[in-house]
Amino acid sequence: MSGVRVLVGTRKGAFTLTSDGTRGNWTVDGPHFGGWEIYHMAGSPADTDRLYMSQSSGWFGQLIQRSDDGGRNWRTVGNDFAYQGDVGEHLWYDGTPRPWEFKRIWHIEPSRDDPDTVYAGAEDAALYLTTDGGEKWTELTALRTHPTGPSWQPGAGGMCLHTIILDPVHQGRIYVAISAAGAFRSDDAGASWLPINKGLRSGEIPDQDSEVGHCVHHITQHPSRPDTLYMQKHWDVLRTDDAGANWREVSGELPSDFGFPIAVHAHEPETIYVVPIKSDSEHYPPEGKLRVYRSRTGGGDWEPLTNGLPQSDCYVNIYRDAMAVDTLDPCGIYFGTTGGQVYHSADGGDSWAPIVRDLPAVLSVEVQVLP
Amino acid sequence: MIRVVLPAHLKNLAHVTGEVKLEVTGPADAAGPVTQRQVLDVLEARYPMLLGTIRDRHSGARRAFVRFYACEEDLSNESPDAPLPQEVCTGKEPYIILGAMAGG
Repeated sequence: MSGVRVLVGTRKGAFTLTSDGTRGNWTVDGPHFGGWEIYHMAGSPADTDRLYMSQSSGWFGQLIQRSDDGGRNWRTVGNDFAYQGDVGEHLWYDGTPRPWEFKRIWHIEPSRDDPDTVYAGAEDAALYLTTDGGEKWTELTALRTHPTGPSWQPGAGGMCLHTIILDPVHQGRIYVAISAAGAFRSDDAGASWLPINKGLRSGEIPDQDSEVGHCVHHITQHPSRPDTLYMQKHWDVLRTDDAGANWREVSGELPSDFGFPIAVHAHEPETIYVVPIKSDSEHYPPEGKLRVYRSRTGGGDWEPLTNGLPQSDCYVNIYRDAMAVDTLDPCGIYFGTTGGQVYHSADGGDSWAPIVRDLPAVLSVEVQVLP
Repeated sequence: MIRVVLPAHLKNLAHVTGEVKLEVTGPADAAGPVTQRQVLDVLEARYPMLLGTIRDRHSGARRAFVRFYACEEDLSNESPDAPLPQEVCTGKEPYIILGAMAGG
């Protein structure tokens, strides 16, 4: 029987949670690199034993770890994330120009078919690529040097490139999202970029329909519908069906359309999940009820999923990279909270149970299906 | 021989326990004392996983929340090319690298 491995990055170390395919009996392993912030871990779709980890700390900066044996052993690989060429400036919070300054890697996105090829998204926003398993990282400069770049400003969490989608159908097509610049698409493997924010409206910027400046929190895609993307923005849930050329809001009657993660069911491309959060200043669920909302219609119509989730006195947050789905049948859904719980559903969201309750604040959750 | 004390997280990264002992030679044209830069160069050469964790990979500047102590003195803001105390150069006293209280 196949198994699953959940990769959990936390504020103070990395954990792996493993189970057989029933997803009923879990083994917790960790912390790995205790005391370090693990913004993200990801496994190669081409080799489930190949893992990458973004490890950082306020003291000692950014490291990348790589495992070739499914997380039992780790090796430090390259961490030279230099900006290439003219570093240039973006706007700081107060509106003054500020040179780009590397802070950390937020997201790691391995290639679908080569374990040695990996993309990494940085704060301050930049996209890096390695083709040798992480030893050497090269910036794809066309994104940071886009003509709109000098007008980009950080969101509250920093000017982070947090979402990378490698299109499974259109060769060379990449989507990225940056807080608070917006979403961008490349059709030539990163050589040039197009802002794709038409239809986004953001009350936090003076021109609500601006080409850039939107605080996109997360984007997801189902591989069978490559031109359809779902977005959780700062406020609003949106979708596009033309590869980002036009977006429309599908928040419907959600109790709040603010939130961070958004995920799509592995086998139902119109079934999506969000976790409403009360507001941008109140980073906890409305009414203290932790509810995942599911839409089976690609947005618009939503139902609360509460079975097994705390429905009183719950004031945790769920970060943008802290929700994932597995490809088993029924589809498994996983998410981690700032309170250190990792919840999972083995039935597409109908019922939930904690895998573990008391980890450090969870920054990211990914899941692998093992052979 | 220079004795270097690493903070716990960097010991784990480098897979070492206890002090690190380094043979560091001074400038080729002088038999004088070694400098912080030379110690860190040798340390990073032996343990490349520490590159970027103590000082910036390109500018060589000390990371903001890393401190260098020796002989009960804070050397963090000394020139990296200033001579280290004789007690450090002879191995009598360790060269201490640690994380500042404010870094976490």
